[in-house]
Amino acid sequence: MAHDHDHHDHDHHHEGSELSDVALRVRALETVLTQKGLVDPAALDMIVDTYETKVGPRNGARVVARAWIDPAFKARLLEDGAKAIGELGYGGRGGEHIAVVENTSAVHNMVVCTLCSCYPWPVLGLPPVWYKSAPYRSRAVIDPRGVLKDFGVTLSDDVEIRVWDSTSEMRYLVLPMRPGGTEDWDEEKLADLVTRDSMIGVSQPLAPGART
Amino acid sequence: MNGAQDLGGMMGFGPVVPEKNEPAFHGRWEARVLANVIATQAIGWWTGDASRFARESLDPRFYLTRGYYEIWLAALEKILDEKKLVGDDEIAAGKALREPVQKADRIFGAHEVEAALRRGWPSARETDTAPKFAVGERVRARNMHPRTHTRLPRYARGRIGTVEAIRGCHVFPDASAHGTGPDPQWVYCVRFSARELWGEAGDPKSSVTIDAFEPYLEPA
Repeated sequence: MAHDHDHHDHDHHHEGSELSDVALRVRALETVLTQKGLVDPAALDMIVDTYETKVGPRNGARVVARAWIDPAFKARLLEDGAKAIGELGYGGRGGEHIAVVENTSAVHNMVVCTLCSCYPWPVLGLPPVWYKSAPYRSRAVIDPRGVLKDFGVTLSDDVEIRVWDSTSEMRYLVLPMRPGGTEDWDEEKLADLVTRDSMIGVSQPLAPGART
Repeated sequence: MNGAQDLGGMMGFGPVVPEKNEPAFHGRWEARVLANVIATQAIGWWTGDASRFARESLDPRFYLTRGYYEIWLAALEKILDEKKLVGDDEIAAGKALREPVQKADRIFGAHEVEAALRRGWPSARETDTAPKFAVGERVRARNMHPRTHTRLPRYARGRIGTVEAIRGCHVFPDASAHGTGPDPQWVYCVRFSARELWGEAGDPKSSVTIDAFEPYLEPA
């Protein structure tokens, strides 16, 4: 799949003047669907707003931070991910059933969807382009160590890598290891260390001091 | 189907290149494609699995060279055309030229968006049947090549793995994509060693786990 690292074709830079062919086509399709009474533009606006402003990896970071400080919550999270995540108020489309897999010093987990783009929306938001791209989807299952190197992560050869090729029915969230030196940190401060990529399993959380 | 979507294990696409500070959408049109796909699907005339099949049955040359939301757009247009809801001529004209063959008695309204997205569309279903396989059991993924939708990736077919967990009973996408669902089936989390999947090329310490519907598996 082609991807666009620099996102240079933002059509909103020239909204109304010279929209790209695909942007014009989408506008035409939406007009036809609206005229035929098949979509409600106000509902479309709300869907966009949800995924642009309300749902994102900050949700997942809060889940991870809570698991780091609350062993009972962590146990519930590993038992039934979606249910425990629901305790923090997150859930719904694209995360109806979520499994949480825990990284340890011996096991590193990494999530992919080779067939499409399944991803736990309520906790991570929409997947980034690289997650949906052919390079990641093709290599994650056959060369996970190589993919981790693309992200600047080198694991010792004796660390077991578990790749989870997810489908829509069960989506995965990685529970990364809590960084050392954070023993007296509170939940809010810990959540700042939890990156999106660390919850997909292609990087580690930030070290204390990287962002405080 | 053995379409371009089934990418696991392919080579030659180059390194993974993450984008710094990536926005949720690269242009408003991407956001509108997502919203139109969710809203039209919510009418209930076709399933998410049917949408997935529409994407993977696009010409592989198109699928492998277009961006994600272009694929979503092409698949939505294909479904709307097949169901005679919106024709290509109408998109070209930018306006409705005829009535749709089906009228929606209810569409996805603004008042229900928040609750519906929060609830989602869970695939789990009750069942009276007992699971055929047990945790710890060795199973072989069937060497099957349907021309229809399936969630069994090619790289796992014919390979032996171990049932790691039972995920419950879920709507069977192979049926649901083609209007014969829900036909719920047990789903098993099955782990394959990288050596079993890739031979000598497999990392000796790695494994790949898939969630496989019962009809994909046979005793090993």
